[in-house]
Amino acid sequence: MDKPINNAAWFLILPAFAIVLFNAVIPMMTVVNYSVQDSFGNNQFFWNGLGWFQELLDPSSELGGRFFASLGRSALFSAIVLAVQVPLGIAVALSMPRSGIALALCLVFIAMPLLIPWNVVGTMWQLYSRSDIGLLGWTVNAIGIPFNYTNSVLAAWTVLVLMDTWHWTGLIALLCYAGLKSIPDAYYQAARIDGASRWAVFTRIELPKLRSVLLIGVLLRFMDSFMIYTEPFVVTGGGPGSVTTFLSIDLVKIALGQFDLGKAGAMSIVYTLIILAVCWVFYTVMVTPENKGARE
Amino acid sequence: MSLHLERISLTVGGSHHIDDVSLTLERGTINVLLGPTLAGKTSLMRLMAGLDRPTSGRVLADGVDVTGCKVEARNVAMVYQQFINYPTLSVYENIASPLRVQRRPKDEIDRKVRAAAALLRLESHLDRTPLQLSGGQQQRCAIARAVAKEADLVLLDEPLANLDYKLREELREELPRIFAATGAIFVYATTEPTEALLLGGSTATLSEGRLVQFGPTAEVYHRPRSLRAAATFSDPPLNVATIEKRGEAIHLPDGTRAPSSGLLADLADGRYRIGVRAHDLLLARPNEGAIEIRGSVDVTEMTGSESFVHVHTGAHAGDLRWVALTPGVHEVVPGASIGIFVDPKRLFVFAEDGQLAAGPVDTGY
Repeated sequence: MDKPINNAAWFLILPAFAIVLFNAVIPMMTVVNYSVQDSFGNNQFFWNGLGWFQELLDPSSELGGRFFASLGRSALFSAIVLAVQVPLGIAVALSMPRSGIALALCLVFIAMPLLIPWNVVGTMWQLYSRSDIGLLGWTVNAIGIPFNYTNSVLAAWTVLVLMDTWHWTGLIALLCYAGLKSIPDAYYQAARIDGASRWAVFTRIELPKLRSVLLIGVLLRFMDSFMIYTEPFVVTGGGPGSVTTFLSIDLVKIALGQFDLGKAGAMSIVYTLIILAVCWVFYTVMVTPENKGARE
Repeated sequence: MSLHLERISLTVGGSHHIDDVSLTLERGTINVLLGPTLAGKTSLMRLMAGLDRPTSGRVLADGVDVTGCKVEARNVAMVYQQFINYPTLSVYENIASPLRVQRRPKDEIDRKVRAAAALLRLESHLDRTPLQLSGGQQQRCAIARAVAKEADLVLLDEPLANLDYKLREELREELPRIFAATGAIFVYATTEPTEALLLGGSTATLSEGRLVQFGPTAEVYHRPRSLRAAATFSDPPLNVATIEKRGEAIHLPDGTRAPSSGLLADLADGRYRIGVRAHDLLLARPNEGAIEIRGSVDVTEMTGSESFVHVHTGAHAGDLRWVALTPGVHEVVPGASIGIFVDPKRLFVFAEDGQLAAGPVDTGY
């Protein structure tokens, strides 16, 4: 078919294009700009090509060593957080009351932490875990377990994982609850008539039906935990030493603490690319139907 | 196995879902539960299966009381309106699942699965997962699971309601044959009178949680014992009118007056309700004795082979609405004045309490 080509149509996407440019591309380009230059202050910049990237990705260099250490900590944190929160969220959703006032209350209490701003959560847990005046820190010490997140690696990580779990498990639980609600009662009945065990119902009916909401949940929780900044910054400030210095915290230290804009720019770009790559993998898994040519 | 429900009632939160139902279903029979939505078909099936426990009454299987016996302990299979299969298991594993739970030997499972799949023409789809099948095949898979299980009691709860017309016809034809081979008690719930007639066997009409009538399908259709039984088993809805018999004449509220002939002749004077099935309401005078009712046409629905003519008669106070079903395509202009005819030998007469007072006798089936 012969379609007339009207180039005026391009003007119609101009507003969208301008917004994307202004909102994503231009700020991103300033970072790209920094990442290929070096500066000694005074607004004087020198071309450095891919030098920062080479240094950053070379684990034997000082910058590279630091980058991979932070990256490792971030990855470990995300892994722990996912490993704890996903099963816990599913368990919470499965054990929620089915109806009535108990359900309403349950939903409210589960959603409540989600509404609290990050820095407030950080402050709450900072105080809560303190060994001198915090209820949690003091109690744990009182029962004879030394617990001080300002000098113990284990304590610092425990506080951060606990805090994140408290803050975000509700998200997984709510998503799973919504997913479980959408399973018709007839499935459970059919399984009962078959004589299937509770475990079989979970693995054969509930989990498959939860697949898509769980993927979204895992994706959201991964991105969020991998980019976490405010809460550890408020609670531990990256310490003790640098044991809780995640990528984001390290980035801010380099960019604003040491004012190494070139190194920070290169690090930002690599950081962004990692997140993009993981999200792309998730997205691909999510949109690829489990079965080709699925019909429902 | 024979299943006997003895004065079963189910009350949930003060409302009667099932009210004093007694029913005996024999081995190897097809039984249709017919009734509108919320008549209690699903509730009754759940009680038969043992998914729910009746508030009162007993369930006997081969004379043994199984009232409190859980569904897992009874040999029951159920197919639903939705296509219920395990989404991640293959068709083969889906059909095998109840047998695996029963820990049957491998070769026996394989034999039964293949036999059931062959019966439902799923042999070439055994490796697929249910979501890769069409709706009709998904339901076939669910039915195959019920077949393979060799249950004593097979409950089908409006299994064809979610299928489109062609598939529904096809599967409905196959179902009695499929389950006849198993020798199980076969219970089929539907809202459609036509479906009950097509399946044959016995029919139990249900209304508001009560059993209205139970018997061979054709008998229940031709000889309803009450107005409710006739109304439940009529599609399009039964035409109902109150008549008054005084001496040699009957009076309709719309002003129609006719000599009392046919079934009406032997009635004592008084008020009755007549029920006329749509296909017994005619647009042409069938014989001399037919009662003519004058009215005007509201709307005509044409299906191609048949036409439904909606007519209302009488002045406002005594307004009556009728639906006549006539073969062929009749273009009747809405608003047109028309005469509709009732053969006084082909109607049901009910006493004021709803019990049948007279019905057609010549409808040998």
